[in-house]
Amino acid sequence: MTAPGDTGPHQDWRRLAPRTVLAGAAVLCGIAGGAALPAFLSLTSGSRPAWQAAAWVLAGAVLLVGGGAAADWIRLRRTRYRVGTERIDLHTGLLVVTRRSLARERVRSVDLTANPLERLLGLVKVRIGTGEHTDGESTLELDLVTRSEGEHLRRTLLARPAGTAGDTAHDGVLATLDPRWIRYAPVSFVAPLLGGAAAGAVMQVSDWFGAQDEVIHWIGDRLEGVPLPWIIAELVLLATAAGVIGALGLWIETWSHYRLEREPGGTLRVRRGLLTARSVSLEERRLRGVELVEPLGVRLFRAARVDAVATGLAQDDDDKHGDLKNLLPPAPRAVADRVAARVLREAEPPTGTPLEAHPRAARTRRLRRALGCALGPAAVLAALGAWLTPVLLYLAGGVAVVLTPLALLLARDAYRSLGHGVSGAYLVTRSGSVRRSTVALRRAGVIGWTVRQSWFQRRAGLLTLSATTAAGEGAYDVLDAGESQGLTFAAEAVPGLLTPFLETTGAPPTER
Amino acid sequence: MTEPREVRLRPPRNAVDRRAVGWWRTRSLIATAVPVTVLAVVGALVAPATAWLLTAAGAVAVLGLGCTAFFPAWWFRVHRWEVTDDAVYVRTGALWQEWRIAPMSRIQTVDTVRGPLERAFRLATVTVTTASSKGAIRVEGLDHQLAADLAERLTAITRATPGDAT
Repeated sequence: MTAPGDTGPHQDWRRLAPRTVLAGAAVLCGIAGGAALPAFLSLTSGSRPAWQAAAWVLAGAVLLVGGGAAADWIRLRRTRYRVGTERIDLHTGLLVVTRRSLARERVRSVDLTANPLERLLGLVKVRIGTGEHTDGESTLELDLVTRSEGEHLRRTLLARPAGTAGDTAHDGVLATLDPRWIRYAPVSFVAPLLGGAAAGAVMQVSDWFGAQDEVIHWIGDRLEGVPLPWIIAELVLLATAAGVIGALGLWIETWSHYRLEREPGGTLRVRRGLLTARSVSLEERRLRGVELVEPLGVRLFRAARVDAVATGLAQDDDDKHGDLKNLLPPAPRAVADRVAARVLREAEPPTGTPLEAHPRAARTRRLRRALGCALGPAAVLAALGAWLTPVLLYLAGGVAVVLTPLALLLARDAYRSLGHGVSGAYLVTRSGSVRRSTVALRRAGVIGWTVRQSWFQRRAGLLTLSATTAAGEGAYDVLDAGESQGLTFAAEAVPGLLTPFLETTGAPPTER
Repeated sequence: MTEPREVRLRPPRNAVDRRAVGWWRTRSLIATAVPVTVLAVVGALVAPATAWLLTAAGAVAVLGLGCTAFFPAWWFRVHRWEVTDDAVYVRTGALWQEWRIAPMSRIQTVDTVRGPLERAFRLATVTVTTASSKGAIRVEGLDHQLAADLAERLTAITRATPGDAT
């Protein structure tokens, strides 16, 4: 689709797919439809006759859909992009024209997303990301082009000289979905959250229709004569069931058709999604390592998920369907290790190497902190109880009895999780209990060290070591390593960087 | 582990400028004076709460003055820096101490900042950033001439060092 003015040197300017207007209008129709009923009800609740209310609602709907479509059409007319040999340009905007230009060689990722409606219309949203870490304006978004155009863009923008990847042994499909992995969905943290959300949603929706009291009464009637503990147990059970079903549904939507593959030229590509199809492409050059994440529930079932540690992944916080960096859904630990090794082109998984434990002092620190967390609230309750009412004293006792063993268990587990080591070209660090994370970071990707020591750590002879890197979270910590142990490890992992600043003890003492 | 020997980080070679102590003290005094003044003024105006507010003002003043007397001298002993041909090495902090090391080949930008208060003390802060979102290194309390020279030297070295900084 080329406008008359766009001839001559501008011939290679392209426009978004015209069907985008349809997609936008359909969404607006849905919104108008959804809003129509409540609006109609609230309008007729007065003395207004029904036909008048219907006319008002209809007029509003037409205005909304028509206006939205018109605005979308104008946006479409005013947006054009060009993929040149050196740069990609995007011009958009009606009054304030934004001109964005990316150097093609900086392009590091191309993501394609399509929700069910867009899939039906054969459209995709394209996000082109650069490896820039400094400014937030590093992604360029083409809001709906045709699917073939999206695929074409993805291929051309990420095409590299094929000679770069010497070994093709690691090319091809790295992982596909095993439907049995769905058993890890209900034990993730998503389930209780969704359960709570479901309960909240029932209340919210009933509130919109002014029926919240009726819902509460209805529930009260159902449970009449049932003792209170049973009611609570039942409600919790219901919420849990809703959460589990929600988690299963979410897992199916997110991970159906999942496939992780390496394309020739060194691009990792994750494809997934049942209704909303996603394709995340990640240039291997940007990969600095992998992170094996084991949330507590998932870890109890000996499973882990794999995230990429890469520079310049598009920061996409509003993405509800999991992170862009997610390479593998929760899967058995052995599978996760194997996928990590294949992603990194290693024979042995760096994330599976035996790690060096941290000194006992680190354990003491964790135990002490756990006791503080458990007994602190209990002490506050006890103090209030002594002052106000003895009921709080019992509560304090209960809190102490329940929380203390739990906290101590978590602390012991947290200590056992601590570890660090060097495996081939990677340095490995592990920590965390509720969310245990094992990071394998390419040693050449470490761009600095930060050593931190609190007053307590100094007394215990411990230190926290952070390897700073351009990728992922910016720095990965080795928590509470022994003073000498940690520094030796850092010096060994990245030769030359730390060594000039180390001294063997026995040298003349220096002031602190 | 090559051999089990005890190692530790040696302090960087250079101390910050002596005037930094004065600068830190002034900064700390100002930070104390502002809330104390606000509390005292409000306390003087709002009759029913006078006692409470003046007590609070007194507490803040004592705390602030204590910190002013205590910390800058400690900071001065801890804050040290060093620039070799290969790396920038800085130690900061007091209760929480921090050693930061960044190799020259990974340095992206070198900034010199002089706030109004720093200017009064003829001091400057040099900030060195790397590609990591958490890797910035700040050297506070340098003599402004020294800071300018240092920034120039760092820029020259980084330009001469190959590497794409990631």
